[in-house]
Amino acid sequence: MPTPPTGPPVISAHRLSKHYADFKAVDGISFDVPAGESFGLLGPNGAGKSTTMRMIGGVSQRTSGQLTIMGLDPQEHGPEVRAHLGVVPQQDNLDEELRVRDNLLVYGRYFGLPMSYLKPKADELLEFAQLTEKAGARVDALSGGMKRRLTIARSLINEPKILLLDEPTTGLDPQARHILWDRLFRLKESGVTLVLTTHYMDEAEQLCDRLVVVDKGRIMAEGSPAQLIREHSTREVLELRFGSERNTTVAGELQGIGERLEPLPDRVLIYANDGEAALEQVVSRGLRPVTSLVRRSSLEDVFLRLTGRSLVD
Amino acid sequence: MTEHTSAHVQETAGPAYRLHAHKPEVSARRARAFGSWYYAEHVLRAMNSYRWTLLATSVGTPVMYLFAMGVGLATLVDRNSGGVFGGVSYLAFIAPALLASATIMTAATEFTYPVMDGFKWRRVYYGPHASPLGTNQIVHGHVLAITVRLSVTTIVYFLIVAAFGASPQPIGVLAIPVAVLSGLAFGLPLMAYAASVEDDKGQFALVMRFIVMPLFLFSGTFFPLSTLPVFLQWIGWISPLWHGTELGRALTYGQELPAWLATVHVLFLLVLAVVGLRLARRVYARRLGR
Repeated sequence: MPTPPTGPPVISAHRLSKHYADFKAVDGISFDVPAGESFGLLGPNGAGKSTTMRMIGGVSQRTSGQLTIMGLDPQEHGPEVRAHLGVVPQQDNLDEELRVRDNLLVYGRYFGLPMSYLKPKADELLEFAQLTEKAGARVDALSGGMKRRLTIARSLINEPKILLLDEPTTGLDPQARHILWDRLFRLKESGVTLVLTTHYMDEAEQLCDRLVVVDKGRIMAEGSPAQLIREHSTREVLELRFGSERNTTVAGELQGIGERLEPLPDRVLIYANDGEAALEQVVSRGLRPVTSLVRRSSLEDVFLRLTGRSLVD
Repeated sequence: MTEHTSAHVQETAGPAYRLHAHKPEVSARRARAFGSWYYAEHVLRAMNSYRWTLLATSVGTPVMYLFAMGVGLATLVDRNSGGVFGGVSYLAFIAPALLASATIMTAATEFTYPVMDGFKWRRVYYGPHASPLGTNQIVHGHVLAITVRLSVTTIVYFLIVAAFGASPQPIGVLAIPVAVLSGLAFGLPLMAYAASVEDDKGQFALVMRFIVMPLFLFSGTFFPLSTLPVFLQWIGWISPLWHGTELGRALTYGQELPAWLATVHVLFLLVLAVVGLRLARRVYARRLGR
């Protein structure tokens, strides 16, 4: 359930745009994020998610529209806005010439924090990121998941109330992703506002109270994951595979089953509120799929419905 | 280090003790005031992790050059020079030139590869860029740290020059800031260029080979510029190394230098450094703010 807004929004974007010479990366998007909410931007690569994050982070200038963070315009109050934030960028940019713990210390210095605060804080954060044993290790000796956790620990050194996470788990193995989700969930519980971009629907479902589906720089839909699924998809989905040659040809014979039919190159999706019943209908028409699977609708289906394309190509 | 850690763990474990970061407004105010120093601190800490290599090269290079040229080659030169070196030993003549060129060569390395590292390889600049620091402070902080690094190298070099007896005048110690200024005059425009390079396809190696080396050889380093054919003398005039060397020679052994020419040398170096810094700030802001 979405957290009810508590007071004025901590982030507010109105008709926010960023145009480059040849294309519109962000094309007039508007949203508000109340304090304590976990807000997601879901969309495929190149949808404008990272560009939006960089504008919120006060490191990229907008072309038009309004944007405030804690009531401040990042273009006029860059240092003040950035002092409020913790930022986890898409690509890690740790200093590999420094040891793990030193990465936290030097980062804390950028906020003018004294060593008497930073030293115990760094240890506390290493503990939180499950990196205590690696405190004295070289950064290049860490695994991808550990580097990511160190980047998150680094972003928390100033105890930010807002955390920006750009594709936090892209490129990590499933176990590393679950550890990370657990850490992020704890932050959320402690009242930190999370803003994250992702092209993983499961990540969005796990972490976001509310999200916007973004495509080609525009917002296609907005709501909680459950709300979006309810509005834009059926309760269940029946996935059928007839072999790569036959999927599209067989689609004609499936007309009328379920609420909607989506023939894809590798499978046919039938959107229905009762997947098992739909499968019975398929079988009663004398069709024999190679495999069949009934599952709950997901954000992937919402995205497919809204854009006609998959999230991950 | 370890003692510190355990002491602080005890502190945080204490029941009534809870530590908090100061308010974002304080962070922003401090970053605005001292941001350049904060970034310089970071770069110096990173350099500190290979301090022994730095120190070894800082000592090894001058000892090698001064022995080879100032002692070995000099015995030959001093016998046949016929007074082109203004009546001083060859060692005294080339020492200020070697000093300035060592600083410039260090600057040529420090203002290229680490800049590329900041933008592209390890993207080190993007960390502080997301913090309260501004782009100018990242530039200034990096320049400050490199200035410290150049100063250490130059001071070590000068001490060895002095130990060889190659800086007879006490005022010769001012050759140190002159050499560092020469390093910045060469390095800062190079920094602006390095920041504009999207992809290192060997451009920096070309800079070393076709800019740094010719300057080293033709800037009146090993023989007075006046002994070069006229059509090559312009190299000296555009070379920070020549301007720095001429100032150094006046300081270390009192080579004659009219006041107007000294002013020209200093101004030339200052203008190059300032223009280079301004360019670098502009290129950094554009590239980081994309």
